[in-house]
Amino acid sequence: MPKPFITQEGLAAPMDRVNVDTDQIVPKQFVKLITREGYGKFLFYDWRYLPGEQPNPEFILNTPRYKGASVLLARANFGCGSSREHAPWAILDYGFRVILAPSFADIFYNNCFKNGILPISLSNEQMDELFKRAEENQGYNLKIDLENQVITDHKGLNYEFEIDPYRKKSLLKGLDEIGLTLEHDADISAYEKKNLHVPAMHEALDVKYHHD
Amino acid sequence: MNPRTIYEKIWHAHLVREAPGEPSLIYIDRHFIHEATSPQPFAALRANGRKLRRPELTFAVMDHSVSTKNRDLPMLDLTAAAQFDALAKNCKDFGVNLWDMHSRDQGIVHVIGPELGITQPGCTIVCGDSHTSTHGAFGALAFGIGTSEVEHVFATQCLQQFKSKTMKIDVQGKRPHGVTAKDIILAIIGKIGTAGGNGHVVEYTGEAVRGLSMEGRMTMCNMSIEGGARAGLVAPDETTFAYLEGRPFVPRGKEFQEAVDIWKSLATDDGATYDATVTLRAEELAPMVTWGTNPGMVTQVTSRVPDPSSFPDLADRKAAESALAYMDLKPGTAMEDISVDRVFIGSCTNSRIEDLRAAAHMVAGRHVAKSLKQALVVPGSRTVKAAAEKEGLDKIFRDAGFEWRDAGCSMCIAMNDDVLPSGERSASTSNRNFEGRQGKGGRTHLVSPAMAAAAAIEGHFVDIREWNSANGAE
Repeated sequence: MPKPFITQEGLAAPMDRVNVDTDQIVPKQFVKLITREGYGKFLFYDWRYLPGEQPNPEFILNTPRYKGASVLLARANFGCGSSREHAPWAILDYGFRVILAPSFADIFYNNCFKNGILPISLSNEQMDELFKRAEENQGYNLKIDLENQVITDHKGLNYEFEIDPYRKKSLLKGLDEIGLTLEHDADISAYEKKNLHVPAMHEALDVKYHHD
Repeated sequence: MNPRTIYEKIWHAHLVREAPGEPSLIYIDRHFIHEATSPQPFAALRANGRKLRRPELTFAVMDHSVSTKNRDLPMLDLTAAAQFDALAKNCKDFGVNLWDMHSRDQGIVHVIGPELGITQPGCTIVCGDSHTSTHGAFGALAFGIGTSEVEHVFATQCLQQFKSKTMKIDVQGKRPHGVTAKDIILAIIGKIGTAGGNGHVVEYTGEAVRGLSMEGRMTMCNMSIEGGARAGLVAPDETTFAYLEGRPFVPRGKEFQEAVDIWKSLATDDGATYDATVTLRAEELAPMVTWGTNPGMVTQVTSRVPDPSSFPDLADRKAAESALAYMDLKPGTAMEDISVDRVFIGSCTNSRIEDLRAAAHMVAGRHVAKSLKQALVVPGSRTVKAAAEKEGLDKIFRDAGFEWRDAGCSMCIAMNDDVLPSGERSASTSNRNFEGRQGKGGRTHLVSPAMAAAAAIEGHFVDIREWNSANGAE
């Protein structure tokens, strides 16, 4: 069950790159793990580390001024590619609670909400302004007020943002989506009964644990 | 009733519950799982004391990290081994059908689902894997989901979903010789961009799509996600029904005829409208090769590596510069002058029997270039492998200097030993040319099976339309 999201104020870090895919967010070798904790150290692994896991000084998040950032500024189509939820796990575990970008890939966008991360779409112009401010001002903080759907800084910036009301409610309350669906068990059972003959699947062959 | 698209028909047939201001609850007919994205949701199910609602609609296979060499040897990758063990135990505990790595029918989930006839028209199909869009080739609504949603389907056999917008991609006219389904979908992604389909379910229509086999339609639908669309589909027709008849999970006899009657009613009604429409002319298409680090960075084989300064948008220009630096390519280089180190024929995009036939046709009686470090053929399933061997394709490939392997995801995602080494360049029939996808520092060019095979012979990309006739073949 995700942590409720109320208001988040924190350091903004700029990731100035379009089409950041989930293979970059968490490379595949970490998709072999069977747990869901501790992925923060794998975030942007191939960009973040040099051989021997030495931090790459040229990678933006390794810059001391962005240490402790909790708001990620990103570019268009963030999170494209693989459906791996390891990507939002890593982003959250690293310390980000909010991602601001002009657009997100569908599956990643959806996965964020399941983990208490707030992805917000802003216009290209607004993102350009945020990138500019984050780069020009050391320790640039943003405050994201989900209840009122407003983003502010200490220099007079005030951006309203859109979010689906249901997703907003889920985030604010940290709702257990599965628990909510299970409350509609009667509807599910009724659907199953009504559609008993569909899909018309042939009697399954004995393939269980098939081993030649 | 208003004319409806196939997507709207499937959506409405699966509505369990609708309420204003909430996502709809839709029923899931088929849930595929594999070792890489299922351990955590099974663990969560246990931790929350929840049951798996419909184990008989859940289908598991080992594919991502399996060895394509000898599976009887002990596994050296202990992390992957733990993941396989977890899947086997979970399937046993929860009563889920599992095709393990030793099963006769094992293969890539998106190859075996259709092959076994588990994938059927009109179904809702999900898997914790973005290439689930493949199954849309059968006129099913199929899309990739994250781990939390895998758990949701386990516990409820439903998903909370917002309705998508619809996009029609119409490929008009006849597909020219040498142009495959892979080239069509790469051309589409090149046109709409990697985010062009975001928020949409795509329906592929037109003469060129209708003319494709099921294998070709699967190749196209598979890469819908590379154009940003979670799902892509093709309305079922006689080609679909002929493919399905007689497969293990497909109804037989009278039941089959009844199913076909239902499936025929799925096609989009005349007059139905889409939120967006994209049109391509098939005769303008050519064999395609990617030059960058996403599938939208693609051009015709007769073309050249673009100059980043030619992109009007600043972000695109920067992305192209960064891609060319990673790919170690110079603007203006002819695509045909790009030489490759390794060739990979496989993946859920292009590893079916028709793909292997197309590749074998190109290499028969020839040999891979001396400069080539490796040429790999990895059938999508053991069924495909057996069929290919029956036709003697394995011998053609081996004689030409290819390695003939066992089924799995292999070098498409490089979670097993099949890795593209850093700094090396591949011609690959897979779906993603992302940085590091085939191996950290590896440089991937996406192409069709015939193009990959020809590149293996010559050691660089060639226009198969010219090359094939020049070399005395068809």
